[in-house]
Amino acid sequence: MSIGILDRVAQLGRFGLDQIQSIGRAGVFLILAIFSRAGFSNRFSLLTQQLYSVGVMSLIIVTVSGLFIGMVLALQGYNILIRYGSEDAVGQMVALSLLRELGPVVTALLFAGRAGSALTAEIGLMKTTEQLSSMEMIGVDPLKRVIAPRFWAGVISMPLLAAIFSLVGILGAVMVGVDWLGIYEGSFWSSMQASVSLVADIGNGLIKSLVFGFVVTWIAVFQGYDAIPTSEGVSRATTRTVVYSSLAILGLDFILTAVMFGEL
Amino acid sequence: MTEASDNFIEIRGLTFHRGDRTIFNNVDITIPRGKVVGIMGPSGTGKTTLLRLIGRQLRPDSGQIFVDGQNLDLLSREELFRTRRKMGMLFQSGALFTDLSVFENVAFPLRIHTKLAEPMIRDIVFMKLEAVGLRGAWSLMPAELSGGMNRRVALARAIALDPAMVMYDEPFVGQDPIAMGVLVKLIRMLNDALKITSVVVSHDLNETASISDYLYLIADGEVIGQGEPDSLMNSDDSRVKQFMNGLSDGPVPFHYPAPDYKKALLGGEVG
Amino acid sequence: MRMRTVEISVGGFMLAGMLALVVLALKVSGLSLESGKQTYSVTGMFDNTGTLKPRAKVALAGVIIGRVTKVELDKQTYMAKVEMEIDSNVDNIPIDSTASIVTAGLLGEKYIGISIGGDIDYIKDGGRFEDTQSAVILEELIGKFLLGSVSDE
Repeated sequence: MSIGILDRVAQLGRFGLDQIQSIGRAGVFLILAIFSRAGFSNRFSLLTQQLYSVGVMSLIIVTVSGLFIGMVLALQGYNILIRYGSEDAVGQMVALSLLRELGPVVTALLFAGRAGSALTAEIGLMKTTEQLSSMEMIGVDPLKRVIAPRFWAGVISMPLLAAIFSLVGILGAVMVGVDWLGIYEGSFWSSMQASVSLVADIGNGLIKSLVFGFVVTWIAVFQGYDAIPTSEGVSRATTRTVVYSSLAILGLDFILTAVMFGEL
Repeated sequence: MTEASDNFIEIRGLTFHRGDRTIFNNVDITIPRGKVVGIMGPSGTGKTTLLRLIGRQLRPDSGQIFVDGQNLDLLSREELFRTRRKMGMLFQSGALFTDLSVFENVAFPLRIHTKLAEPMIRDIVFMKLEAVGLRGAWSLMPAELSGGMNRRVALARAIALDPAMVMYDEPFVGQDPIAMGVLVKLIRMLNDALKITSVVVSHDLNETASISDYLYLIADGEVIGQGEPDSLMNSDDSRVKQFMNGLSDGPVPFHYPAPDYKKALLGGEVG
Repeated sequence: MRMRTVEISVGGFMLAGMLALVVLALKVSGLSLESGKQTYSVTGMFDNTGTLKPRAKVALAGVIIGRVTKVELDKQTYMAKVEMEIDSNVDNIPIDSTASIVTAGLLGEKYIGISIGGDIDYIKDGGRFEDTQSAVILEELIGKFLLGSVSDE
């Protein structure tokens, strides 16, 4: 029986070591990808291509989700605030919750599902079909040629997507709150403008989305690069990307919120 | 040193482990310049691993590998990339870049390693594609090619930089007889026309034997036989015989090691 | 040609993202009110500002004419000193006007409402509202009401 318990402990230890090892590998991988100087004349067009598949292709889902979330927030907020005669505060409520929380977080979750999983699958497939090896044999570092442009495209796209999400959300709230429920437009905007601050709300939301973009893309490209080169390995890596990114987003969101808005 | 210039690749005392498994145990292989050398053996004996060791995508646990007289272990990163330019490699799956067209795939190594003007690159690419008979397919994407065409484009890419040696990783696997015949002819033809060294890793006996000048037979991490194809065919070694004649049982057993079947049936412990 | 559509749409995406940020800054956080218009600054001393915050609006007859820029404690008088900026084109506020802190709705934000006085001199840049009315604190109101009803009997 005691052997059984020891085995369990050893298993746990091995699991812990594996995890730490893979975090270490991911760190080295990231540093190599970011700080390697790409010697290609066409690295700008490589980045453009990735901005297209990572950023532009995520636009539709981000815009549609933002619109609906803004509309729902306005509707829910109105129904509660009308009881206190403060329906003017709907604008303020929607803007603050979008800029501080929902914009960065929901965009990052959608981004992980849409772009992150696609990145992992694409890189994993390139590994499975030996494209990465053959690139190495031709004398090109896949970290520079394949990983770096995808990573930067993710980091650049995320804040832009989050800004679009928040703006579309607020416009959705205007549609529901002002045009449909009949909140007076002037006080809708003025209550918003009185409480939203450029640095504390928009700036911090932007920082959040940058951090999320960095982490999600990092997880996605590493999982693809580290995938076991079989179809099963790639599909597992894709699942891991979505799970790890979602957990990382929500955990980091709490930490960032505590640091940014903790004193208030 | 005269030997080094005659032999493009020399492998001395190569030992390589993957986990607990010994893939190679003190293996010596010599690949002479300008010849087609076949490296054969049952599946799972690490033939692909050997090619990766030669390209130094993997490093041996012990032993030396010389490519064109240079010890791979002592090369700096820069020198390694320069040495790799002398080696073209045809991967098992072709490994064409799926997001580039046939033309761009073949042009890829040229764009990376040379500063040639666009018309020049165009001429070279069409020349290489002509050599594999696929000049007409230059605008297609890899997904639109058949398996055999895919491998021929990959071959054109492998020879784009005029390497001194081309390594073929299982070139015949999964090919129909026609595509196989085309590849066999191409490998021999390119070897003679471009005066390059060819290493063919395969377990397809007849095709490999028909084009090779020299054969190595690898099993259980060791070289179990070597020689010209004819002499290997008539070898007395039982292991060589089993492989060359495709016998199902012999020194390489049909059964995976297991406890006695009768005992297992009678309710003995499994494993 | 394919590359061109990619480039155009990426350019469009970047532009849309930047534009969204600019619109958020201008329209949602109301950046333009501060930078665009000419203003002059006025102060007022209050016994209690309640929850008045910087960037709260200053309204005259319900129309926004400026914003609060600073709320701080004056150590000598133990009162709150509120600085506000008022649009330059509203330059005819009599010096005996009253600045009071009022609430929009029951839960709404606090802002400063100005009731016009009768003097012929107007408040200038760096001037000050002599007559102020503090924020109504709900607890005090209830306390007063209870005390008042007790003393009546």
